[in-house]
Amino acid sequence: MTQPDTWPLWEVFVRSKNGLAHKHSGSLHAPDAETALKSARDVYTRRSEGISIWVLPSSSIVASSPDEKEPLFAPSDDKPYRHPTFYDIPDEVGHM
Amino acid sequence: MGEEFSLEHRFQAYIDAENKIEPKDWMPENYRKTIVRQMSQHAHSEVVGMLPEANWITRAPSLRSKLILLAKVQDEGGHGLYLYSAAETLGVSREQMIDDLLQGKAKYSSIFNYPTLNWADMGAIGWLVDGAAIANQVMLCRTSYGPYARAMVRICKEESFHQRQGYEIMMHMAAGTPEQKAMAQDALNRWWWPALMMFGPADAASPNTAQSMAWKIKRKTNDELRQEFVDKTVPQATFIGLTVPDSHLKWNEVTGHYDFGPIDWEEFTQVVKGNGPCNKERLAARNKAHQEGQWVRDAATAFAKKQQARAAAPVSATNPSAA
Amino acid sequence: MKLDTCDLAAYATMRADDVLILGQRLSAWCGHGPVLEQDIALTNIALDLIGQARAYYQLAAHGSSDGQTEDTLAYLRDAHEFKNHLLVELPNGHWGDTLMRQFLFDTYNFYLLEALTKSSAPELSGLAAKAIKEVSYHAQYSAEWVIRLGDGTEESHSRMQSALDILWPYTDELFEDTSLDVAVHALQVGPLPSALRADWLAKVSEVLQMATLTVPSLDGYHQRGGLHGKHTEHLGILLAEMQFLPRAYPTAQW
Repeated sequence: MTQPDTWPLWEVFVRSKNGLAHKHSGSLHAPDAETALKSARDVYTRRSEGISIWVLPSSSIVASSPDEKEPLFAPSDDKPYRHPTFYDIPDEVGHM
Repeated sequence: MGEEFSLEHRFQAYIDAENKIEPKDWMPENYRKTIVRQMSQHAHSEVVGMLPEANWITRAPSLRSKLILLAKVQDEGGHGLYLYSAAETLGVSREQMIDDLLQGKAKYSSIFNYPTLNWADMGAIGWLVDGAAIANQVMLCRTSYGPYARAMVRICKEESFHQRQGYEIMMHMAAGTPEQKAMAQDALNRWWWPALMMFGPADAASPNTAQSMAWKIKRKTNDELRQEFVDKTVPQATFIGLTVPDSHLKWNEVTGHYDFGPIDWEEFTQVVKGNGPCNKERLAARNKAHQEGQWVRDAATAFAKKQQARAAAPVSATNPSAA
Repeated sequence: MKLDTCDLAAYATMRADDVLILGQRLSAWCGHGPVLEQDIALTNIALDLIGQARAYYQLAAHGSSDGQTEDTLAYLRDAHEFKNHLLVELPNGHWGDTLMRQFLFDTYNFYLLEALTKSSAPELSGLAAKAIKEVSYHAQYSAEWVIRLGDGTEESHSRMQSALDILWPYTDELFEDTSLDVAVHALQVGPLPSALRADWLAKVSEVLQMATLTVPSLDGYHQRGGLHGKHTEHLGILLAEMQFLPRAYPTAQW
């Protein structure tokens, strides 16, 4: 029993407060954008988790794909200079 | 073959280093299957688990308790939704998973095949069933599959009130009229053993445990989790003056744990097989909701298509904004 | 002239009865909706309505001298003492019946609350200011579903038309001015329900037209009686279920 016309999947992004970016909350099924937005409010902000919601069809997301031969198993540790701990600063200087 | 072998090795090493697996990462087929099966079973459990409690929403004895129960059952629906979503990241559709459930091909937690017979059952479910579930769920917040772990973090946060509200009901009834106390004891008597069964078969009889532990899908064995639950729950029962229905129950100074009596695994097997007191009713209720909702889902789809077509239609020449 | 506390309590109780009974009806859907997302959505509305009922009952109980509480008002009155409109006690039927009933009531409730935000009784205006935020969402939600289902498939269209036809004779009662309404209105505490009718009808007609549904004729026979405690057979059964525990164990506290 397969239904050809099931409601499409939508990804939900919620901004918890002004000043923060919208963050992925999860997904849901809805027949159209309007319903998706309402459902996102009902499903993902039941505990006042957000003040602004984005929804977009999951099918419209273009995702990068890890290389199968060289899976992203090796964390990208080859640019340690991008991390603050790479630099030695004497403790006396204080927090930087 | 050799390459696959080495991939699996690296996969294991990656997991051993406490890394999360994300949807597009390479993963052994068996890992994918195990994760999908576990997430969908978990989702089904949440959704079927709405039914025994929903049975009392319209009979909740105060407006406050009605709101709490309603919010709790609604949360369970939300949790089912989060988990279906997490499973969908691996390419299996919710529709497919629900079809499997409706046709009796998928499993869900057996506990929900027991009936809710008095109001104290709302307390016992929150306290014992959610308590047992939380033990499992806290562990799953660290499970190796990223979307599953993230769904579980959200669920655990929301569930934190569930067990407390259940215990509050039990506490209140145990301290209430003799009839209320009898209801509370009766509920404990009926839910205790099924709650212990929720952790699954004994380790010796659980063939999948070793692999699930190695893949860090599970972090503790069934028996470990069950023992933790007993150790934590027995004093809570004593505190409110209720008796755990197990004559073998005894504190063991040597192990630092409670010893408890043998679990009736035959009952467990029967319920898993579909012969529990409510298996048929639960599935029938889900099927009914799904079938009676079909025209609603179809209509919404049809309407969305019409709207799309209308939006795509050429703008009428009489429309001034088209100029 | 000041409104008698009895009158204010009676008025608040009347408002509470509507939203409690409708909330009770909606709560029966929880776990049985057509799809999880909508199950959750409708339950949100049920939670809001029962929450509003508590606020109204607390207001009513506050003014009472005989030890009433929100729960004695909800659980220990018999059907004839309930003053809700007949519309809200009607059985849920299918999803479309429920959403149509919801739409007809939400739209009324919206205009009622809008008027109550201007009430000269601060307890009521405060309550209404909070509730109207919830109810504007309810009204939007149910209107969208009425449109979606009315203009969906042939089957959904005919189900919605018949839901509308069955429920329509219960809508006139929403605009009946009882003597309590008249008393309350004289002191600018609440609106005359009859004054809400024009806005309601305009909004309802607009949505029903978008839903491709036919608005039933206004001059048909209308059912009424709820405001005077004369209910349908459905209310007694609803109450028997809802009130069972406090009635069966009168000395127990929950």
